[in-house]
Amino acid sequence: MENKAEKTNLQVKEIKPPGKLTRMFLELYEVYIFIGRFFKEAFLPPYEGKELMRQCYDIGYRSLLLISTTGFITGMVFTKQSRPSLAEFGATSWLPSLVAIALLRTLAPLLTALIAAGKVGSSIGAELGSMRVTEQIDAMEVSATNPFKFLVTTRVLASTITIPILTFYTAMIGMLGALLNVHLSEGTSATAFFQSSLESITFLDITASTVKAIIFGFTIGIVGCYQGYNSSKGTEGVGKAANAAVVIGMFLIFIEEVVSVQFFALFRT
Amino acid sequence: MEEKKATPAGLEKVIEIRNLYKSFGTFDVLKGVDLDLFKGENLVVLGKSGTGKSVLIKIIVGLLTADEGEVVVLGQHLEHISYKELLSLRLKVGFSFQASALYDSMTVGENLKFPLVRNQRSLSKAEVAKAVDEVLDAVGLLNTIDQMPSELSGGQRKRIGIARTLILRPEIMLYDEPTAGLDPITCLEINSLINEVQERFHTSSIVITHDLTCAKAVGNRIAMLLDGKFERVGRFDEVFTTSDDRVKPFYDYNFIK
Repeated sequence: MENKAEKTNLQVKEIKPPGKLTRMFLELYEVYIFIGRFFKEAFLPPYEGKELMRQCYDIGYRSLLLISTTGFITGMVFTKQSRPSLAEFGATSWLPSLVAIALLRTLAPLLTALIAAGKVGSSIGAELGSMRVTEQIDAMEVSATNPFKFLVTTRVLASTITIPILTFYTAMIGMLGALLNVHLSEGTSATAFFQSSLESITFLDITASTVKAIIFGFTIGIVGCYQGYNSSKGTEGVGKAANAAVVIGMFLIFIEEVVSVQFFALFRT
Repeated sequence: MEEKKATPAGLEKVIEIRNLYKSFGTFDVLKGVDLDLFKGENLVVLGKSGTGKSVLIKIIVGLLTADEGEVVVLGQHLEHISYKELLSLRLKVGFSFQASALYDSMTVGENLKFPLVRNQRSLSKAEVAKAVDEVLDAVGLLNTIDQMPSELSGGQRKRIGIARTLILRPEIMLYDEPTAGLDPITCLEINSLINEVQERFHTSSIVITHDLTCAKAVGNRIAMLLDGKFERVGRFDEVFTTSDDRVKPFYDYNFIK
């Protein structure tokens, strides 16, 4: 039987599968292309405004209960755990400032991002992965619509917009938890507590927190979408996509936290 | 069962495939495929599972790229086409997926609106609603407009999948295993629907199947994919009047000889 090599007079060489390092660089290149495509699609019309709003609602509103609970408990517990150390130096009056700074600079952005990576990242990875293996993404392609714009751009944008809002919400709820603890222990009034807290917060704290939350939100969205959009191998692939979205998302969030702390420390001195 | 009329001679070609090759790794699937689809005909592509039937139609619609060969769809060469041109070509080529591929987070109505509102942004809400009603009526499922895909039966999902492609008024329809996994009665209904679509919407179609009842009922011509090539193309009886051991079991199994 005539085969392709004979037909084209090509010398067929046995192709070795790429090594681990090559695969890693190939994957990084694909991620780079994926992110590039996101920026291209995000700024070019037509815009999927309705779907973007739906995604913001899904990511934001539906995470509120979980974020509220964890934010409140974190504020309360952090205050309770910090009091003995401050009491040793007779500095319990600094407690509101300490909690406010800790919550705004690190706890709220990190906590919100980690919860979102678990809840939102896995959900995006699983949803897009499932759409890929059931050919729903192919169905969008063949009907001359742009699945990347509809599925990826909206989710990444929604995550980038919503996570900063959730971060400030977490900080606020955390402060309420701290207030409850301080009020029960020392009878401090809400006015005195918030006055003391707000005095210690600088514009740089708010800027740093916002920038970090935007980066975390983008990371959660892009990792979840990349894993889901490129998943394969049936239902096993869907599970892997959801899992990878959480694990890689959380890992990157910690790396970004370390880098951003170092970066914003430059401005504090 | 009545066999469909043969494709009249001298019709315009809407798809021309020449010397098409496609491999996945070391596995050669298509090994020099030649095929024509004429305007207004239903061409049934038969073959064993894994012989590359679905690969062939995915290449036609640009979901996969060929390794080598020439594919001309409605006068446009897919090898030299830009992404923008491919998108406008896809408006003229409908693809009905084997598992229907309905968007499971949307209702039936939203599934149908989805491609229409994104491709014809100037349409008013009333015009979109009218178009949705028309295609739902064509597939006989007007009452399912507010249902979710998970609430539909297998046959209904197939019909809605076909309706979703019809809403863009394609010139060519590609059906991937339209009767797979359905009971015999529903298979007959789907066969009738494919014939109705051909008559009502004046489409030219490629129907991928290994169901010979479906092939006989809907196909003006039959093309049998054997060892990566179309070796037998013609009327149903012409294709199956053979002592070829690769073809005979196909017929014997389907018609319980």
